[in-house]
Amino acid sequence: MRVFTFLFLIFLLAFAERNPAYAATIVVEPNSSQHPIQLAINQANAGDTILIKKGTYFVANILVHKRVTIRGINNPVIDGNGETEIFTVSSDGVIIEGLHIQNTGISYLEDRAGIRLKQNSHCIIRNNKLVNTFFGIYLEKSTDATIENNLITGNAIEENASGNAIHCWYSKRLSIRHNQTIKHRDGIYFEFVDNSNIAENESKDNLRYGLHFMFSNDNNYFQNSFSNNGAGVAVMFSKCINMWENRFYSNWGRASYGLLLKEITDTDISNNLFRENTIGIYVEGSSRIDYHHNEFVRNGWAIKMSGGCLDNHVLLNNFSGNSFSLSALASSTNSNTFSHNFWSDYNGYDLDKDNIGDIPHRPMKLFDQVVQKTPEALVLLRSLFIDLLNFSERVSPIFTPENICDFHPWITPVQNAVEL
Amino acid sequence: MYKIFRFYFSDLIRSRWTILYTLFYLLLTTGLLLLSPNISKVIISLMNVILFLVPLVASMLGILYYYNTRDFIELLLAQPLNRQNIFLGQYFSISASLGISLLAGIGIPFLFYGILSSPEIFNYLTLLVTGLFLNFIFAAIAFLLALKNENKIRAFGSTIILWLFFAVIYDGIILLLLSFFRDYPLEKFTLGASLLNPIDLSRIMILLQLDIAALMGFTGAVFSKFFGSGFGIAISLSSLALWILIPLWRINRISLKKDF
Repeated sequence: MRVFTFLFLIFLLAFAERNPAYAATIVVEPNSSQHPIQLAINQANAGDTILIKKGTYFVANILVHKRVTIRGINNPVIDGNGETEIFTVSSDGVIIEGLHIQNTGISYLEDRAGIRLKQNSHCIIRNNKLVNTFFGIYLEKSTDATIENNLITGNAIEENASGNAIHCWYSKRLSIRHNQTIKHRDGIYFEFVDNSNIAENESKDNLRYGLHFMFSNDNNYFQNSFSNNGAGVAVMFSKCINMWENRFYSNWGRASYGLLLKEITDTDISNNLFRENTIGIYVEGSSRIDYHHNEFVRNGWAIKMSGGCLDNHVLLNNFSGNSFSLSALASSTNSNTFSHNFWSDYNGYDLDKDNIGDIPHRPMKLFDQVVQKTPEALVLLRSLFIDLLNFSERVSPIFTPENICDFHPWITPVQNAVEL
Repeated sequence: MYKIFRFYFSDLIRSRWTILYTLFYLLLTTGLLLLSPNISKVIISLMNVILFLVPLVASMLGILYYYNTRDFIELLLAQPLNRQNIFLGQYFSISASLGISLLAGIGIPFLFYGILSSPEIFNYLTLLVTGLFLNFIFAAIAFLLALKNENKIRAFGSTIILWLFFAVIYDGIILLLLSFFRDYPLEKFTLGASLLNPIDLSRIMILLQLDIAALMGFTGAVFSKFFGSGFGIAISLSSLALWILIPLWRINRISLKKDF
């Protein structure tokens, strides 16, 4: 009986080898032919796995037009010789993992990418290392893709001669998780991308933005960290974006901010950390936004609001050690509210011990207004005269706007989910 | 001059005021270092105190010491001594003893904190150097005013007014001018104006070290470019040095002619 079972199993295995409905495995070794990887893809059937052994492969553009899994063993190096795009994936359900992809070279005529997903769906790109690629991973009309655990390092020097690490265009339902994007133009770039999640990524040292959103609605991004990028994170012309538990820090420079909101509506920004940015959040023409439970620590300006911002509600945030807590245009018609925040420069008292200050706090000082009108006056920062000026204005407010006022300032810091 | 300097100095360094002054800085710096984990925050807090207190204390104690030792000066003048040496020796002893107080008071806690191996060492040195400069500048100005005025009250009054002018009023005037002429490019003007006031110059030098430049937009760019270059540092240090040299030159001139 046992012998029969064994024979049956052997028969099954042999059958599986021949039947295209079962996945086969093709092993690729370096120098086995001229273009071993492309050859393997051409020979494979849909559903097959192509194993790439350790070694260095110099390749031309590899077209992945079948539903295959391409898996590297011990990170084989796929090198484009500085001349070509490397993987162009046009089939659905392709998985690319465990590769070290490098050297696409810079082209001013085409957007060369390490891996390009083109008009397909359900692809998975994970555990790859992309080094010195012009664009790292480029998604073009791709849906339901998963980009996970990739390390994408460029060496961008100039904005116009560099590409984005993860570039997504006209895509839907993406999941971008746990990637590291370093030294590109933008870390993660979204244009016309809807219903996607960006989580646990780390984006740093990029020339322009750590994350760049344009015309992309209904996305969530959470638990990412953005640091040392040229201008921080920009979210523009989009609605229904949720930003939770992200860390924006060390975006320090003359035109730099932690987070830029431009023409954004219906958004929830909570439990984020903004530390040591020139401007923590810069808000322009954005409406119906809730900011709550965020930490603003040691920024130049914690929040800067320009005109045309309506219904921004700043609630239960901690503002500590910022050079300026708030800079906003005063207007009696706007409906922005500030309430129950902790301000480290609050100097009221709390007689009834309910943890809410008994006198309202005006986060905008007189000097903030002076600086708004005359930026050069910033050279007087921290001078004795300015302290006296602010003090006298605080004792009897005349110039500072009436409606920018926290009537219920918190006495002790709000307990937040983020750690500093 | 050295003998006179040593004589005055050994008297001053043992005085109650010097010890109190040193202790004050020691306590303040230790307290700040213990309370705040962030060293650049400590430097900013110390900067606020130094810019406020060093000029005030240097000018007040300088003038006090001059009037207190007036009898002794007259005694010295009766001796076959060079007049310049007497006054310069006195000036250097008072400013050096105050400078040592400052150096010890701020230096010792930071040394124990391990500033030498910290990346903030350069910011800290800027703070120390500007503090010492302010000390020497305001002691010189106070000494000059004391020499010029026989009347003690008048000398005191004019020193306080001068301190008030540099610490507060000057900034007010700058702010007024800036807001009146805000339609014009004012970067060069602000740069020049800040070079003329030693307190402002010290403050800006420290703040630019501490990266505040990034807040300042275009003006900040102009400033950090200027103060970041060797030329700019040379200009600002020599501007501070001039603030010592010009009063000293005047002291020299007056001491030669003055009747006692």
